[in-house]
Amino acid sequence: MGNDIFVLVEHTAGAVDDSTHELLGKAAELAGESGGRTVACLLHAGAADATSGLAADAVLSVEHPALEHFLPEAYVKAMASLLAEHEPRLTLVANTTVGMDVAAGLSARAAVPLVAYCTAVAFEGDAVVATSQVFGGKLNAEVVVDGAAICSVVAGSFAPASGGSPEVTEASVSGLDDLTTTFLRRVEPEVSDVDITAEEILISVGRGIGGEENIELAQELADALGGVVSASRPVTDGGWLPKTRQVGKSGRKVKPKLYIACGISGAPEHLEGMGDAELIIAINTDENAPIFDVAHFGTTEDLFDVLPALTEQVESAVG
Amino acid sequence: MDIVVPMQQTVDLVEELELNDAGTDVEREYLKFVANEWDEQALEEALLFKEATGGTVTVVGIDETDVDGTLYSALAKGADRAVKLSGDFEEGVSSHRRAAILAAWLGDQSYDLVLVGVQSPEDLDGQTGVILANLLDVAHVSVAIGVEPHDGGVKVSQEFGGGVVHELALSGRAVVGIQAARQAPRYVSISRVRAAMQEGGLNETAAPDVDAETGTTVRRLYAPESTSHAEMLEGDADAVAARIMEIVRERGLVKGGS
Repeated sequence: MGNDIFVLVEHTAGAVDDSTHELLGKAAELAGESGGRTVACLLHAGAADATSGLAADAVLSVEHPALEHFLPEAYVKAMASLLAEHEPRLTLVANTTVGMDVAAGLSARAAVPLVAYCTAVAFEGDAVVATSQVFGGKLNAEVVVDGAAICSVVAGSFAPASGGSPEVTEASVSGLDDLTTTFLRRVEPEVSDVDITAEEILISVGRGIGGEENIELAQELADALGGVVSASRPVTDGGWLPKTRQVGKSGRKVKPKLYIACGISGAPEHLEGMGDAELIIAINTDENAPIFDVAHFGTTEDLFDVLPALTEQVESAVG
Repeated sequence: MDIVVPMQQTVDLVEELELNDAGTDVEREYLKFVANEWDEQALEEALLFKEATGGTVTVVGIDETDVDGTLYSALAKGADRAVKLSGDFEEGVSSHRRAAILAAWLGDQSYDLVLVGVQSPEDLDGQTGVILANLLDVAHVSVAIGVEPHDGGVKVSQEFGGGVVHELALSGRAVVGIQAARQAPRYVSISRVRAAMQEGGLNETAAPDVDAETGTTVRRLYAPESTSHAEMLEGDADAVAARIMEIVRERGLVKGGS
């Protein structure tokens, strides 16, 4: 086992994702402790320019036609090849779609333990100690790995770093010539009449709204306040509201002046999309719901009573 | 296509999560267990695929608390076969061990595709489907929101942050981690589940004996100490509404007279 900290670079159209800069920020701190280097692993086809300005000591650049788009099996095999050759002490990947496909696959192929959903990572002697957010964000696990480890990291856990001039080394890997996955096309999100990222007031509904027929209650409040209705994942998955209204990791990131969360438990994936709202008011009958940890004000009264009462008061105030 | 859907039992997150005496795991003996909600999405996608193109759907579950109900429910929804892998799993099952058991069992099975929930609430050593694919040395796609037939294989829609989707074609056996089925999981009445139970049809076989270490040790499990907590508004719904009204008005978010 070496002392280096590896970071998988995520990039789209030549631009490196924010999550990668966050990982590099933490990697620099850890490399200072381990006496190793921060090594950014860039898997690409003609995107070598993405390395400029990366806050890493070194870049391992793997260029191959199969890496033009994200193909899970190509990324896993390439990273497994790099880990086998270089034996880093720690490999950091973001807990994104790419990271979910890579981290666990890498753990299986390279036989390196993985701690998923990390919000903190530290060294204790030769061990890696990571905090993992499990059970829907209701519990944290402090996990110890003796020796080399892989950690997949929740967005926003670490301060980003940028501005560096890493030494770039071309690396070759095996296993990319006989893939059974083919990239077909990229589909951009549909454009809708409502852009929830531009709204100042969002009345957001979650599973607790119970069904499509009850969304009207949130709509009436939104109409009274001059806002729009947004939602957490179960609502859009159920087809109760269009996908364009979804707030969270796989939906939109919003920062309104007012966010009223109705029947939303506050899973980490949702909090990722709305935690920066200026004023958060949560309505949820479960007093232990994680949403109350980010909300400024909260109530465990039933949303089916609070929403109509609030709508009535707003309507009478605005006349 | 012949599709296998592994189904995991997981702690019901609606319940208060009690910890064991050592503070290293939830108290599995007393907690309520339900089917992993993402596995329910995978089952729905598998059933939709079968209904469109034919083939079979087999659900397989490790012998965890109340797994029988989950497997019979799958049969009532339209799965063709349900398999319970029996053994002693009361202490919980890591993703690495779960994947190793499934990989060993699949070694004797005829199948084309595995659809599994993209994650579970307790997979801190990684997502079972991804590990399974790499143990089987087949392709894998996570965070899938649709699986359709394509050129003798399948086309998978993979979702990224912000709602961007990539469409990927898979030409061989593969494991796909389902984030969400194309439609909400179908409802099945308790009476139909009971009828399925009375018919039997659960194939029980010993879980393959595998050696699969995670290399991870949970030193402590704890409720996160939130750095902040919402100020809770007191009173009934009308009182709460009146207080919210004051708060939003103070910030100039409601126009009009008082």
